[in-house]
Amino acid sequence: MIKTDIIIIGSGPVGLFTVFEAGLLKMRCHLIDALAKPGGQCSEIYPKKPIYDIPGFPEILADDLTNNLLEQCKQFTPGFTLGERAEHIKKQDNGLFLVTTNKGTIHEAPVVVIAAGLGSFEPRKPQIENINQFEEKGIEYIIKDPEIYKNKKVIIAGGGDSALDWTIFLSNLKADVTLIHRRNEFRGALDSVEKVRNLKNGNKINLITPAEIKSVHGTEMLEGVTIISNNQDKYIACDHLIPLFGLAPKLGPIGNWNLEIENNAIKVNTFDYQTNIPGIFAIGDINTYPGKLKLILCGFHEATLMCQSAFKIINPGKKNILKYTTVSGIDGFDGSRKEAPKAVIEAINK
Amino acid sequence: MPEVKIKVVDRDGKSHEIEAPTDMSMNLMEVIRGYNLAPEGTIGTCGGMAMCASCQCYILSNHNLLEISDDEEAMLSEAFNVKSNSRLGCQIFISDELNGLEIEIAPE
Repeated sequence: MIKTDIIIIGSGPVGLFTVFEAGLLKMRCHLIDALAKPGGQCSEIYPKKPIYDIPGFPEILADDLTNNLLEQCKQFTPGFTLGERAEHIKKQDNGLFLVTTNKGTIHEAPVVVIAAGLGSFEPRKPQIENINQFEEKGIEYIIKDPEIYKNKKVIIAGGGDSALDWTIFLSNLKADVTLIHRRNEFRGALDSVEKVRNLKNGNKINLITPAEIKSVHGTEMLEGVTIISNNQDKYIACDHLIPLFGLAPKLGPIGNWNLEIENNAIKVNTFDYQTNIPGIFAIGDINTYPGKLKLILCGFHEATLMCQSAFKIINPGKKNILKYTTVSGIDGFDGSRKEAPKAVIEAINK
Repeated sequence: MPEVKIKVVDRDGKSHEIEAPTDMSMNLMEVIRGYNLAPEGTIGTCGGMAMCASCQCYILSNHNLLEISDDEEAMLSEAFNVKSNSRLGCQIFISDELNGLEIEIAPE
């Protein structure tokens, strides 16, 4: 069991900044995210897009923002449970919450913060009959362990960055990759498109466009797919099919946690962004209250205020005085210390 | 305030006559969200960058819309339930020419 002070569900910018604010108050955090890496929507959907309304940054790429936030909070040594979705929550008699993921990982803490954005990202599944039958039996929507594809016949379907990046990565891993896309054009970083073109020209991968997966076949495990290309059906034997058609957020199991929900968002008060269940907070895009704006900068503010109340729950009766980092510096849980350089006091005329 | 009238068929098949301002730099996805014609979290997921297709809609009237961009076309090529009259709502900017536009929001 993972024990911490604050369980944060969602590792997007707001969840990551919570780690920093909690760390200033000596509270430890552990983040759970359905995605395989931290960063949330910023890293998953628009990593290379600029954001213009982060205070102090006239322009910053979404990916850079989350990388900076990871850097900013790293001295507070957050724990991560990645690639798992928070599924169940239970308040125990001792007042501590238990949060269990879909993979059975159990976390325990006195405070839970839901910073899940629009919900957990679920892969968008192509509408192919009996595709569910082979999920995790040859069909994977999210690549968790690339090593399993080594020396296997893998079909990747999709036309975006993920499809291109995994085609490059898996072909380097000596997987026998076939990339299939509905049209001839791909939408991705120019150098990725170029690399895939080189792989194709060097006969390192098979590229079939325009083409679509029509049906999937197998008995216990996936054995092959039928594609349709130029109005002709073609069977391709394979060990794995990886459909990469993006991700769509779903509120998912959080919707069944007896939290007050309005318009697919969790209702909170505006004093400390606590939900109707004491000890569970909701911050960032996942919450709603009168005047709510779904902006990253508003989520940062919510995280900061929420941590003050979390401190009182975790340290009952203990006083907390607001400190300025410039004055008091930062003591990391990893033993590091950051502080403003001392002024030089020395006579010039000696 | 200058406005145009737009008819929107929601995902339950219900028709709505709405008015959209032409001077607020809004797009069709934002107008649909503003009128709560699709549940929050099911439309405009990417915020309007033509990167998620959650605002896909079918154009039912004969309006001359701005030509589809490469980005929009690429996104639609990865979307589901795409028809010949599919467009992304976030790429349709509200202007005087859209008066009388009729659209249907595509399934999730």
